Amino acid sequence: MDRYSNPTPGADFGAAPASRSAVVAICAAYGNDPHRMLDILRDIQDSFRWISPETMEIVADETGLSRIQVEGVASFYSFLSQVPKGRITIRFCDDIIDRFAGLADIVAIFEDALGIKTGETSADGAFSLEYTPCIGLCDQAPAAMINDVVVTSLTADRARDIAAALKAGQMPQDIAVAGFDDLSPHERATRMVANNIRQAGEVLLGPVSPEAGLENAIALAPAAIIDAVEASGLRGCGGAGFTTGRKWRFAAADPVARRFVFCNADEGEPGTFKDRVLLTERPHLMVEGMTIAARAVGAREGLIYLRGEYVYLREHLEQVLADRRARGLLGKDILGVEGFDFDLRIQIGAGAYICGEEGALISSCEGLPGEPKTRPPFPVNRGYLGFPTVVNNVETFCHVARIMDRGADWFFDMGSDGSHGTKLFSVSGDCRSPGVYELPYGLSLQELLERVGGEDAGAVQVGGPSGTMVDRANFHRRLTFDDLATGGAIIVFSAQRNILEIVEYYMSFFVHESCGYCTPCRVGNVFLQKAIAKFRKGLANPEDIDYLRDLSATIIETSRCGLGMTSPNPILTTLENFPMVYSALVKPSRDRIRATFDVQAAIDDARKLAKRRSYIFDKDFTK
Amino acid sequence: MSELEKARIATVSLAGCFGCHMAILDIDERLIELMKLVEFDRSPLTDMKTFTRRCDIGIIEGGCCNEENVHVLRDFRRNCDVLIALGQCAIMGGLPAMRNAIMHSDAPLRECLEEAYITGDYIRNTTHQIPNDPALPLLLDEVYPCSDVVEIDYQIPGCAPSGDIIFNTLSSLLAGRFHGFARENIKFD
Ligand SMILES: Cc1cc2nc3c(=O)[nH]c(=O)nc-3n(C[C@H](O)[C@H](O)[C@H](O)COP(=O)(O)O)c2cc1C
Ligand code: SF4
Ligand code: SF4
Ligand code: FES
Repeated sequence: MDRYSNPTPGADFGAAPASRSAVVAICAAYGNDPHRMLDILRDIQDSFRWISPETMEIVADETGLSRIQVEGVASFYSFLSQVPKGRITIRFCDDIIDRFAGLADIVAIFEDALGIKTGETSADGAFSLEYTPCIGLCDQAPAAMINDVVVTSLTADRARDIAAALKAGQMPQDIAVAGFDDLSPHERATRMVANNIRQAGEVLLGPVSPEAGLENAIALAPAAIIDAVEASGLRGCGGAGFTTGRKWRFAAADPVARRFVFCNADEGEPGTFKDRVLLTERPHLMVEGMTIAARAVGAREGLIYLRGEYVYLREHLEQVLADRRARGLLGKDILGVEGFDFDLRIQIGAGAYICGEEGALISSCEGLPGEPKTRPPFPVNRGYLGFPTVVNNVETFCHVARIMDRGADWFFDMGSDGSHGTKLFSVSGDCRSPGVYELPYGLSLQELLERVGGEDAGAVQVGGPSGTMVDRANFHRRLTFDDLATGGAIIVFSAQRNILEIVEYYMSFFVHESCGYCTPCRVGNVFLQKAIAKFRKGLANPEDIDYLRDLSATIIETSRCGLGMTSPNPILTTLENFPMVYSALVKPSRDRIRATFDVQAAIDDARKLAKRRSYIFDKDFTK
Repeated sequence: MSELEKARIATVSLAGCFGCHMAILDIDERLIELMKLVEFDRSPLTDMKTFTRRCDIGIIEGGCCNEENVHVLRDFRRNCDVLIALGQCAIMGGLPAMRNAIMHSDAPLRECLEEAYITGDYIRNTTHQIPNDPALPLLLDEVYPCSDVVEIDYQIPGCAPSGDIIFNTLSSLLAGRFHGFARENIKFD
């Protein structure tokens, strides 16, 4: 938890005072609409580098909310700050992949050069250093955000250069990409971040014919579009794997005044970065898919929820939307079809994994803290502002456009039973060719490892922290929804890696990202993390293994959303697949007295404070 | 039943408020029934400070907040066949474990002592010193539940546990037919 904490309030770090008129103008730019609270607060953060108590009062007045409601949102997101941040804020991805890739050395260089520790802001208000969980650049770790741009594959030399350039006053974008100003948004994105497409498949990353799917779709009745998507066997690519056609059918069912189509581009599961590549290379396909969905369910409004870490893609996506509007592919009477209206906006997130959960995503778009909603009602029945809302993943929408182009059968025939079509795998960690692979479902993990140069893996985390840690004996298992399911993350660990170090990191991730609504998730994950720390220190009893299982079961059973329902998975799947890791570390009692309780360590603080020895436990005690 | 066959019970209050011992007395007149089956060895109830011989049951009130608690608890483990943690303090650390919540400090123990003896708003300590008599046991860095220090066989929940639950648990243990608590005894809502 501490790794992410804000610097202590106090000094104003030279931050500009937020002038009332500037704040009023920001609120006005969003129509003083409380539903746009996240945008308002993001803009305030960008302009003034913090959200002060006075600013919150003004925002509350302008939007008709109470200050406490505003503060509820401001305090929820890790990219919003209630203490002044540096003009340049550097956020290091501190995921386990980056740690294994040498993060500590990179951080030390920046700390040294800027004269502050991570978690601090320099006294002149120039710099802040922070840690943040996975920023979706796992194939080019160590990586970091510098304000709104990213830098990747950091080496010691590059880190020194960047720090020096920043201190010399160069703008972050010019440091991230040479000649930034003269490049198109797409060029900026691709020069900043390598796509690392290692294998293009037939559906998404191979050649696609633009708008062919949309053109076919408008020739069909909306119900027939849903039939085709359902017949294709397409299941959601965001992790849960719900049948897309069925989701749309629910959303289209009742007669209502408004419906929405939301694209989930929050891509927060550590180790997942395939949507980043689609957003960069296939944004038209994605919006085409959304437009088809809008036609199918009768929605006129849509939204792309782009994670705050991907804000470097914003301009690129805005350009795509503007281009499509100009070409009559968005807006009124799309492709000349009378009454086929659909348009959308981009909502930028602010550093909260939970906002990838569809209910939390909707809360976030409504200007509320990004907390999941109680289900039912499901978003397809009552979602954004209470209206039916289809939320699908970036990849799912891209698939839809291709299915409408090439036909349901074409898609259905690829892959395996129950898992049709292709899937993008984002591969990172200890392998020779990290990057994105488009492959039909049904491949074994072993086959994938051979392709990525990860044959020597000792363990593979499939599906990110909320997925499964697989041992060598299970590499024959297949990458399908029914065997090893994944939203895309494949994280390869060599046999030298410490499994419990990985597990402890993943638990700290869930501790940090729990929205805090359910006590078992908020508190239970802390206890699980502490228990793993105990194992790592050799302080665990044999019964602690049962404790891990019991507490995990409680968290899973009593949590409201998928985060809590999957957060014990790093522990449960390693207990299952790496039992020796745990049993080798436990210390049985002697004479029923715990060998794991270290009384010398426990009295050491007091011994120093009292400046005397223990009359019970120090053999050399003399009065 | 002859004297010899009576079960021997030892009890102790570690980092507790003595409320759990008072709760033992809440057994009321059933105490007479119980005393037909048991005999108290080392216990505040008998004022005996050491074990006279091995005991069948040791009852522990309170967790471990200082080195002496650890020492005594280990002694109980060595000298008793069955150890029972009585009440929340023994089971979880209880109220004294509130000091474990001082986490964001470089010196939590010092902060705790300073607040308790010097800086606290309601303190009247004319010496302005933190007590440090050599006879005082050293505090532990945190308050630990008994099960962190020794293996505990049974836990009787409550703060303090009711006389009923204490009596029923002890008598069914003595009769060899204790099979856990009824749900209404361990649910708290
Ligand atoms: C904690 C949590 C985080 C999630 N993060 C994402 C995400 O980043 N992207 C995503 O598409 N789905 C994510 N999901 C799944 C969404 O709730 C939802 O199922 C998905 O967006 C539906 O789209 P699909 O059917 O196309 O997969 C997440 C779920 C949970 C519980
Ligand atoms: S399970 Fe966790 S993340 Fe989900 S709603 Fe509950 S507290 Fe929030
Ligand atoms: S459990 Fe309650 S009654 Fe028993 S010692 Fe602790 S505070 Fe006192
Ligand atoms: S970007 Fe560091 S692990 Fe994903």
